[in-house]
Amino acid sequence: MSAREDVFASIRRSLGVTGNELPRRQVVADRIERAPKGLIPGRGQVEGDERIALFRREAELALATVAEVETAADVPRAVADFLRNHNLPAAIRMGEDLRLRTMPWEETALAVSRGRSDGGDINAVSHAFAGVAESGTLVMVSGPENPSTLNFLPDNHIVVVAAKDLVGDYEEALRKVRATYGRGQMPRTVNFITGPSRSGDIEQTLLLGAHGPRRLHVIVVRG
Amino acid sequence: MTLHPTSPHFKKNAARALGDAELQVALSKVKRGFIDKRVAAAARLPEFEALRDQARDIKNHTLAHLDLYLERYEEKVTASGGHVHFARTAAEARDIVLAICREAGARTVTKGKSMIAEEIGLNAHLEAAGITPVETDLGEYIIQLRGEPPSHIIAPAVHVNATQVEQDFRRVHKGLDEKRDLSEPVKLLAEARAVLRERFLAADVGITGANFLVAETGTSIIVTNEGNGDLTQILPKTHIVLASIEKVVPTLEDVCQIIRVLARSATGQDMSVYTTLSTGPRRPGDLDGPENYHVIILDNGRSSMLNTNFQDMLRCIRCGACMNHCPVYQAVGGHAYGWVYPGPMGAVLTPSLIGVDKAGHLPNASTFCGRCESVCPVRIPLPKMMRHWREREFERHLSPAAMRSGLAFWGFFARRPALYTLAMRFAVSALALVGRSRGRFQRLPLASGWTAGRDFPAPQGGTFQAQWRRERRRSVG
Ligand code: SF4
Repeated sequence: MSAREDVFASIRRSLGVTGNELPRRQVVADRIERAPKGLIPGRGQVEGDERIALFRREAELALATVAEVETAADVPRAVADFLRNHNLPAAIRMGEDLRLRTMPWEETALAVSRGRSDGGDINAVSHAFAGVAESGTLVMVSGPENPSTLNFLPDNHIVVVAAKDLVGDYEEALRKVRATYGRGQMPRTVNFITGPSRSGDIEQTLLLGAHGPRRLHVIVVRG
Repeated sequence: MTLHPTSPHFKKNAARALGDAELQVALSKVKRGFIDKRVAAAARLPEFEALRDQARDIKNHTLAHLDLYLERYEEKVTASGGHVHFARTAAEARDIVLAICREAGARTVTKGKSMIAEEIGLNAHLEAAGITPVETDLGEYIIQLRGEPPSHIIAPAVHVNATQVEQDFRRVHKGLDEKRDLSEPVKLLAEARAVLRERFLAADVGITGANFLVAETGTSIIVTNEGNGDLTQILPKTHIVLASIEKVVPTLEDVCQIIRVLARSATGQDMSVYTTLSTGPRRPGDLDGPENYHVIILDNGRSSMLNTNFQDMLRCIRCGACMNHCPVYQAVGGHAYGWVYPGPMGAVLTPSLIGVDKAGHLPNASTFCGRCESVCPVRIPLPKMMRHWREREFERHLSPAAMRSGLAFWGFFARRPALYTLAMRFAVSALALVGRSRGRFQRLPLASGWTAGRDFPAPQGGTFQAQWRRERRRSVG
């Protein structure tokens, strides 16, 4: 028997099943079809301004910094402000995401380059697919316009998220993924990001910027 | 080390650990680092206890239908362009990894943290084949430099102090300026980050573990804080996921339920920094991500645990809470357990995986204080299962030798009053908590020094002594 057959045979022997029992198969098919939501904590179940405030509070607790702007057109200036305030070079790298492309970067003095990161970029700007209020988590999906390397290689990661894309809980965020990509289908990578990279591996001292970004700055577009 | 467990020498290991001053300082930080933070995180989420029930139920449901969920998972991975390989044993899993690395022409592989890689002894196997494995989790990297196994499942270098790390970096990092100041953790981190960054970019294959495999979508999920797992899996051409059969869960919703108790139990964070869902290789038009995506699913004795007294152990989500709260672990650290998995979860799992003949001492490494079970996010009845092992040892006629040494083990603690008091402080508070003390011993053999001035509370189910006597009666009579 192949290893695969053997492993399945051993599982079935222990469980006392053949794998062909219809009721069992039905239970499994149903569960995957219905994908029951389980228990959703009350914390994230707020709306409007309260949801934005919760998202912000939780993201800050996870040591991200957060700015709010009124419209997408305000984002480039907010990015430039952030970089200036931290004495960072006025250069950013970003993907071809249409939402970012259409922002007025030319109104700033920022040098903008595009594409994946090769590890040499100091700052990256990305657009989130969603944000989860219950823990201040950003949800990023990969694709030709959104290379995953931008989420991890640069020292400073600036993420734009639209207030309308903020949801209360993880379940809602993944339902949004399912609605966009189709049932049972996923983008290649979905990154849930909650605060900047960190490690506690040396004497349990909390240190930021272990391998990923040292700073995570979130810009919430309200309008 | 994986191939040569030192679990049979638990007592000797433990004695050495107790005399190791640096280790004792390191272990004293476990409390500040983990226990208090878990309490705070749990307190901030009113639904925490109910979510533990959810997590338990999801795992139980999955285990009861494990064959079907694994089939579905495999189907979905294949449909997304990935490959699934099943391995019966550690040796099979190692060989599959090696074959994939060879096919990729790999010279170096980066590794995210994977307990399965430890379980199968992967690094030594790759090295013997001329392939250089590079651990990238900071803690794993440190212990790799030191040639040591991990001493904790989520904080592998918890036993190492900063001065030791500095010495290791100076010894191994070529071209490191002697005058460079590495006197603080933050400077050590900067040094490791710079060195590992080069390794990430140069690696041919990236190997990670998996916290979850999602049957609904064919997705593998890793949960990390550093981002090393992500750099490991998106930069090289080939990504290998090492998982075991019980990592599968039905749906994305189920993952959401369990991650709410995972980080809170592990580090006291609401969420770990990075929870990454990967499905198949890179898609047309993608600028990054692996071109080849392989998942290796290891059995290694787990399927035989189904439908036995030890099935509950397969719910484990490897959060580490049971060891953080274990008085024995806090006293002797992880290395004393002699194999990959330390603490209460290791004491239960290790005999299942490497055999009770090699790991029969471990289920005795318990004061039955019950704290492990009280914090386990998936409510695994760890003390009960340790008792099952003792019973089984007995039935297998490994006793009386094994049981005698179990008694000797207990005596070992009893003869060290400071340690014993520490252990009992937990035991007593745990008992007060559940209020199921049914009596007190006025005197105990071997512990008269300790019981002279106080009573000894008896946990429900009987102390080791009581049980030992019962077992002996049963076998004699
Ligand atoms: S047994 Fe429970 S507490 Fe211990 S590591 Fe596993 S899930 Fe965590």
